[in-house]
Amino acid sequence: VRELERDDASRKRFLKMVGGGGAGAFALFLAACGSSDKKDSTSSSAPATTPSSGGSVKKDLEIVNYALTLEYLEADFYEKVVASGLFKGAQQDTIKMFGEQEAEHVDALTATVKKLGGTPAPKPKTKFPLDDAKSVLKLAATVENLGAAAYLGQAGNILNKDVLAAALSIHTVEARHASALNTLLGESVTPDGAFAKPASMDEVLPKVKPFIVA
Amino acid sequence: MSESKLAIPELGAVEVHGLTRSAFVLKGALAAGAVYGAATVGPFVGSAFAQSGSGDVDIVNFALTLEYLEADFYKKAGALGLSSELKKLAKEFGGQESEHVDALTATVKKLGGTPAKRPTFTFPIKDEKSFLKLAQTLEDTGVAAYNGAGPAIQSKEVLGAAGSIVQVEARHAAAIRLQNGQPPAPAAFDKTMDKATVLKAVKPLITA
Repeated sequence: VRELERDDASRKRFLKMVGGGGAGAFALFLAACGSSDKKDSTSSSAPATTPSSGGSVKKDLEIVNYALTLEYLEADFYEKVVASGLFKGAQQDTIKMFGEQEAEHVDALTATVKKLGGTPAPKPKTKFPLDDAKSVLKLAATVENLGAAAYLGQAGNILNKDVLAAALSIHTVEARHASALNTLLGESVTPDGAFAKPASMDEVLPKVKPFIVA
Repeated sequence: MSESKLAIPELGAVEVHGLTRSAFVLKGALAAGAVYGAATVGPFVGSAFAQSGSGDVDIVNFALTLEYLEADFYKKAGALGLSSELKKLAKEFGGQESEHVDALTATVKKLGGTPAKRPTFTFPIKDEKSFLKLAQTLEDTGVAAYNGAGPAIQSKEVLGAAGSIVQVEARHAAAIRLQNGQPPAPAAFDKTMDKATVLKAVKPLITA
C-alpha cells in the first residue's frame, strides 16, 4: 500500500511538472504515462478500460510507454548521428548497431503495449546538438547511462513477469551500450561502482526534456 | 529435475534455507525448473513458489555462487602477466565482484537463509588471450543468469539489488568484449539462461 501511495504521489508530481512545463509540448509524456487526459481518448482509454486486472495492467502500461518514449529518443538520436557523417569506420558501425538495437527495442515495447491492451506512446519529435564527434559521443554516453538507470528504476515496479523479463533483457543491453561509450570516452565503465544506481521517472524526464521539440 | 541431472553436485550440497539437499531437490522438482525458466514462467508459478518463502534465498545463493566464481577468477588473473591496462581492469572488476559477494551474503542472511559456501575454483587461464576469452564467457553468463532469475524474485528490494548488480555485470561484459574485438552488445535483447544451464556451464571450473 505504501508503494502504491508513493507511486501515486510521484505520478501526481510528474503530471504537475508536465502540466506546469507547457501542456502542449508534453502531451506525448501524458500519453507515455497512460494519463487519463480526456482530450486524447485514443491514447488513454485503453489502459483505463482494460478489464479484470485493470490497476496493475495500467501501471505496467505506464512504465512500458515511458520506456518506449526513451527508446524512441535513443533510436532517433542514433539515426541522426549516423546521418550526420561525424563518424567513420568502426565507430560509425558501432553507432549504427546501437541504433538498430534501440529500434528493435521500440518495436518490442510497442508490441508489448498492444499485448497489454494499451495504446503505444506516439513517437516524439526530437532535436539533438550534433556539433562534433566528441560532444556527440558524450551525449550518447549520457543518454545510455540514463537509459540504463531508468530501466533499473522501474524494475521493481513492473508487475507482469513477462514484461519484467523483457525489461531486464533490454536493461542490460542499455548497460552494454553505456559501457562501450564510456570506454570510447576513456571513462570508467562502472561510474557508480559495484552497484548501478537507479533513476526515477522524476529524475529522468527533466533530463530528456531538452531533446523533445513536440 | 532429478538429482543426477544436477550439473554440480557441490553446489547442490549447499544448504538451502535449512533444508537438506535431497529435500531441496525434491522441492525443486517443480519449482527450480519452472522458476529459473523465468522468462516463460507465468504469474501462477511465481506466486505459488512465493508461498514457500525460500525462493529468493535460493536465487540469491545461486547468484552468490556465481559472484564467488567471478571474484576468484579476477583474483587469479592478477597473477598472470597481463598488460597494465588489463591488470587494472581485472583488479577493478574483481573488487566489484567481491562487493557483490558481500552484498549477496548479507542479503541471504537478511532473508533468514544460510549463505552458500565459497567453492574452490580452477580456471584454464595462462595468458591474456585465455583470460579475455573466459572473462567474456563468465560475464555474459552472469548477465544471462541474473536476467533469467530476475522475474522469479519476489522481494522488490532483492530485485532492485539484483538489477543494480546485473547492470554492472553487463558493463563488465561489454568492456571485455571490446578488448576481444567483439561487439559489446551482441543482440538487442540479452538472452537468459536458467539455473541448470548456468551450473552446467560453470561446472568444469569448480573443483570442490
